[in-house]
Formats: sequence, C-alpha cells, structure tokens
Amino acid sequence: MIALAIFAQVIRIAVPYLFAAAGGVLSERSGIIALTLEGFLLIGAFAAALGTLYSNNNPWVGVLCGIVAGAALAAVYAVATIRFKADQVVSAIALNLFVAGACAFFLRLAFDSSANSPRVSAIGDGAGTGILASLENPLVWGALLVLPGVWWLLYRTPFGLRVRAVGEHPQAATSLGISVPRVRYIAVILSGAVTGLGGVYLAFDQHKFTDGMTAGRGFIAIAAVIFGRWEPGRAAIACALFAAAETAQIRLQGTPMIPSQFIEMIPYVLTIVALAGLVGRSRAPAALGRADG
Amino acid sequence: MTSRRAIKWDEALLPAAMALAVALVVGDLLIMSFGASPKAVFGMLVEGTWGNPYGIGQTLYKTTTLICTGLAVALPLRAGLFNIGAESQLAAGGFLAAVVGLWLPFGTPWIVAAPICMVAALVAGGAVGAVPGALKARFGSSEVIVTIMLNFVVLALLNWIVANHLHIPESLHTPEIHAGAVPRIAELSTTFRGSAANVMLFVSIAVAAAAWWFLFRTRAGYELRAVGLQPDAAENGGVKLGRTWFRALMMGGALAGLGGVNYVLGYKHYYEEGFGTGAGFLGIAVALVGRNHPIGVIFAALLFATLSQGGLAVNAVVPKQMMDVLTAVVILAVAVSVPEVRRVLRDMVNGRGSATA
Repeated sequence: MIALAIFAQVIRIAVPYLFAAAGGVLSERSGIIALTLEGFLLIGAFAAALGTLYSNNNPWVGVLCGIVAGAALAAVYAVATIRFKADQVVSAIALNLFVAGACAFFLRLAFDSSANSPRVSAIGDGAGTGILASLENPLVWGALLVLPGVWWLLYRTPFGLRVRAVGEHPQAATSLGISVPRVRYIAVILSGAVTGLGGVYLAFDQHKFTDGMTAGRGFIAIAAVIFGRWEPGRAAIACALFAAAETAQIRLQGTPMIPSQFIEMIPYVLTIVALAGLVGRSRAPAALGRADG
Repeated sequence: MTSRRAIKWDEALLPAAMALAVALVVGDLLIMSFGASPKAVFGMLVEGTWGNPYGIGQTLYKTTTLICTGLAVALPLRAGLFNIGAESQLAAGGFLAAVVGLWLPFGTPWIVAAPICMVAALVAGGAVGAVPGALKARFGSSEVIVTIMLNFVVLALLNWIVANHLHIPESLHTPEIHAGAVPRIAELSTTFRGSAANVMLFVSIAVAAAAWWFLFRTRAGYELRAVGLQPDAAENGGVKLGRTWFRALMMGGALAGLGGVNYVLGYKHYYEEGFGTGAGFLGIAVALVGRNHPIGVIFAALLFATLSQGGLAVNAVVPKQMMDVLTAVVILAVAVSVPEVRRVLRDMVNGRGSATA
C-alpha cells in the first residue's frame, strides 16, 4: 500500500510538470523559447480560482478560464516576439514578472488578501485521497495523455510536420509556402492553453490560489524539456524522474540522510550536465530563439 | 553626420520614452481599478522617494545594487550573451563577503577590510559567472538556460551552508561581520539619517565608469563588442570567441557579486537568505532600458529603484506589486519598440538618402 501511496504522490507532483512540458515542447519545436511556462502556470492557476469562485463554485468554469488565460497570455507573447520581433528571452522574463505582479495585485482587489484566495472547490472533490481518487480526476488523465498527444501531433499530422519545419529551418518552410508566423502563432497559443491546465490543477490540488504558488515549476518543466532533448516521450520520462526526486525529498524530510537542498538541485544539475553534452548531445531546434525567418 | 548622431540618440531614447508613457497609462488604469486617484498615488510615490531625505537615501541604496546587477547583464549582452544569473551571483558575492568579514579580526579598519571583502564578492560572483562562461566556450551550451538553472543550484547550496553551518539559531542569517562594514552616507551628512545608502553608491558609480572605460577604451572591450555585433567577422579578424564569451560572463558575474556587498557591508552587516531576491532580474530591465551602456545603466537603475521604493510608499493604498506590473510593462514595451523604432528610423534614413541621390 505504501508503494501505491508513493506512486500516487509522484503522479500528483508530476501533473503540472507534464502539462507545462507539453506546452514547452510545442513552443520550442516551433522555434519560440518557452521561458514563459512559469507565467502560463501561474495565470492558469489564478484564472481557475477566479473563474470557479465567481461561478458559484463550478470548477469546470475554472478549467475553461485557466485554458483561456494561458492562451491569452501566450497570444501576447506571440504578438510581441513574432509580429514585433521583440527579443524572446526579454519578453518572456517581462511576462513572468507581469503575471506575478498582476496576480498579487488582483488577489488583493478581488479577495482583499495579499496571500491567498478563499477555498475553491475542485474537480474530483469528494472522491477521497489516494491512487484511486487521482485516477478519477480527468485532469490527471489529461496530464498522462498530453505528452503522447503532443508526440502524435508533431509526428503524425501535417501541422506537426510544419511545426518541426518552422523550428528547424524557417527559410525552407517559407519556400514551401508555409506561413512561418501562422504556424508559430498556433503553436505558442496552444502551448499557453495546455500549460494553463497545469496551473488549473495546481489551484485545484490545493483548493485555493496562493501568491507565487507555482514556485519555479515552470522552470523545472523547461529543465524536463531540455533534459528530454525536446522529444515528448523523453520529456515525459524527465517529468516523472523530477517528480520522483521531489517525492523522495518530501518523504525523506527530517531524516539526516541527504539534505533536501541537494535533492532540490537534481533537475537543474541534470539540465546543465545535459547541455554540456555529457550524457549524449542535447540539441535545440535550429531556429530556436531567432526572430528572423 | 549630425543627422546620424541624432538618429543614434533617437534610437537610444525613444523606446524608453514610449515605454514610460505606456507604463503611466497602465499605472493609471490599475490605480483606478482600486478606486484611488492616480494623481494622489503618483504624488505619494514621488513624495516617498524623492520628496524627503530618508526616501532619497533608500532609493539611492536600491540604485546601488541595481547599478551592479544592471552592469552584470549589460556587459555580457554587449558580447551577445544573456546573463540571467545575476540573482545567484549577487547572493554568492554577498555570502563570501560576509564569510570573509567574519574571518577578519575585530577592529580591522574598514578602509582595509572593506576592499578585501569586495574582492571576495567579486571572486564569488565571478566564479558563478565562470560556469556558464566555460560551458559556452567549451560546449556551446546556451548561457540563458545554464544561468537560470545555476540560480536554483547556487541558491540551494548557499541555503544549505547557512542553515547547517553558519546561521544564528532561530534566524536565516549569519552572525554579524567582525570587520568591513562601510560607512553610511547618513554618517557623513546627517540629512539622510536612517536610510541605508552607503559608500557603495560611489563604488558602484566608479565601477560603471570603469566598465565604460573597459568597453570603449581597451582592446579586450573592443573585441567583446565586436563579438556581440558580428561573431563570425570578429572570429575571422582573429578574436577568440570562446575566450571572449568566458571573459564576458565571468566579468558579468563578478559585477553582480559586488552588488551583494551593498547589503552585507553597507546595510545589515550579515548575509541573509534571499536578501537580494528580484534584484538580479531587475538587472535585466536596467540593462535593457539603459541600452547596455554604463551611463544608461546608472539612469535606468535610478528609475527602477524609484519604482521599487515607490511601491513601498503607496502600498497602503494600492498593492506594491503594481510596480512589478509597471516594470514588466516597461521591459516589454522597450523590447517591442526597439526593433520597431530601429526599422522606422532606418527607413527614414534610407528614404532621405534616396531622395538626395
């Protein structure tokens, strides 16, 4: 039974990573840097709490709001970087800061609190805890299916072929009559919507929105994308690995075996090691981060 | 020739001016959403920052850190590299300065001790910056990702050291340093009583001047800028790309590390977990608005320090996070308008050129 409980905990922790990593793969494979994942998650969580609370605690309205908010923020990012060719790294950092500030600001405006929202009812409420309850939660199923879905999209559909072409060689894609900006707009907005769902799950899991509740999860998801070499399958394994490490950290807390700070470092150290090419070369999409094309 | 010079100034100043105008409008909307009067709130902001000696002192204190982190981003950017690691480089610098300050004997005069601590801060920040520099030079690893990931690693490591070996019980900070505390400006002129502005302000301005001299008056600085503008051309001209990248990121790290001294030697006299949170990321805003020019960085640091201190001044009426939103709007507006303004100005020059031809 303890093994099942641990398994359930790994899945619970992995859900936001899986959604965000799916968004990250999609955006980066089209050539647009996904440093905005942290902001997509946070705005998804905030919109989910807001939507649920303002609809007499209907969590499905919250889900919809989370998706729309993530997509809307992604649309702003897409317009800035694709239409205006603004620097992607700078724009992404600005948007993350914007979301962090705006959520705290409107938290006080909407709920007169600087820390958290009132209690939010969630999808899967009343199903109890444990592995069975999490399997009744459609968001968990969504998270388990989202990276296979992205794989299918990228490798089995014409749109996916275009995304990969645009991310690797935009000039060649243009010469074949593909509209590079259009493909990138769709990929980035889709990435925001999917990542927003990860934020929805976070808010539902804790039954409230808390200021800064994503706590760097978007960056762990980027680490998973890079460590997974921009492949959906490998990224999913990386998410599971990082979630397992986090579970171990929580379970080992208080025991003097390994300091929790060192377990915290695992995803980041692995990513740096992967970028140094020490565990097989990790190669980014060729046109990643370039405004031209 | 004069028109080209004017274009250069337009290109540097127009985006910042446009960004401030947009931020002002967004700020008005946010304030009105809270049912407050924009005029009153902006009045409070000015009064709380530049309206009294304490506010001026606090703003100048924040400016000091931001000059260092702004330069830490601007210098590598001149070489075409993004340093997102100022956050942890700042912490590492402050940490080693505190450790050295604890190690020095009591009673060491500050004029001797402070420079030793500053060198420690430069070394620690430079060491953190050297990691992405070396990985970039050796493997071509993206410095953006490495510096972001390294932030988490270094901060976790520092937290572990402080929590397990160095902290005062029931707190998150080290004991007070034995030596190296630098005088506050309030001790030199009583008008700034109580505020944290200290001698490091002058050090950071001097460092900005040194950065200008390095960039525009030395061979290494010339090579660094050449690599940023045209890496292939620079390499063909005999510049070693890897070495220049390494140097730029290491120097950036060292500059951010020096920023940590402002808090440790100038303000609290100990290292505390999370003392510089946000200052590293604001450095990106400072470098961007300051157009990667050391003098521009000083003015941009003043602007963002005013916003940051002003947030505290208005917090009773509107949440201080409004300033984060405005900072983000300024960054985004500059990022969007820089390529646009450049394009429009180029078109104007080209249009004029063809008309006279």
